Amino acid sequence: MVRRIIVGAHYGLRDWLVQRVSAVVMALYTLLFVVILIAAPPRHYGAWKALFAAQPMKLATFLFLVSLFLHAWIGLRDILMDYIQPTGLRLGLQVLVILALVAYAGWSLQILWSV
Amino acid sequence: MTRQRPKYLDLLKIRLPLPGLVSILHRISGFGLFLFLPLLLWLFHSSLASPDSYVHYRNAIANPLVKLVLIGLLWAFLHHLCAGLRFLALDMHYGTDLPTARNSSRAVLIVSILLTIVLGVLVW
Repeated sequence: MVRRIIVGAHYGLRDWLVQRVSAVVMALYTLLFVVILIAAPPRHYGAWKALFAAQPMKLATFLFLVSLFLHAWIGLRDILMDYIQPTGLRLGLQVLVILALVAYAGWSLQILWSV
Repeated sequence: MTRQRPKYLDLLKIRLPLPGLVSILHRISGFGLFLFLPLLLWLFHSSLASPDSYVHYRNAIANPLVKLVLIGLLWAFLHHLCAGLRFLALDMHYGTDLPTARNSSRAVLIVSILLTIVLGVLVW
């Protein structure tokens, strides 16, 4: 018997998993954020700034945003694969989505670490 | 055995079952949230950068048009979250029988719309 792998690059399962892990990270952050809003609502600039000045909150928010961008990439890639048939156009749009998301990640770092 | 089934791809004639409706709305809401990421990041940036930019941020979200867009995005987020939690449950083989799948789809649609209305009224 010859054992051989007959499917392609194996990124399917990995992406499936990334989509779910990032979803769980975002759901947990959302829960944390709702608890903060209920327990100690930041009603003015000072309190809002103080919330994100704390390093654990910065890191948690950064993990949320990175999860969001990974999640958005897989979702957008699926949408483009389904609806955009011409290969060149699809590739171009995929590159645009990746560039936008990497730019958003840089922007997120700037927003969080200049507080 | 072959059965004659209606086969057409006219979007206006396709009658989706509830789980199908939740699924396509999951996709549409995710795409909408992606499109509005620059607006959301810009609002987040303004809210944190300085006391002056915070005032700009407060003025921006006080604009009724911006408020409407944000409430629309709130629905997109809530629907995407609720439908996503349902999909995670289905992945783990919870609620895969037809009556439960239909009921959980209905719950996703109703809960996300109700929460949007309640939160929308609170922030208006």
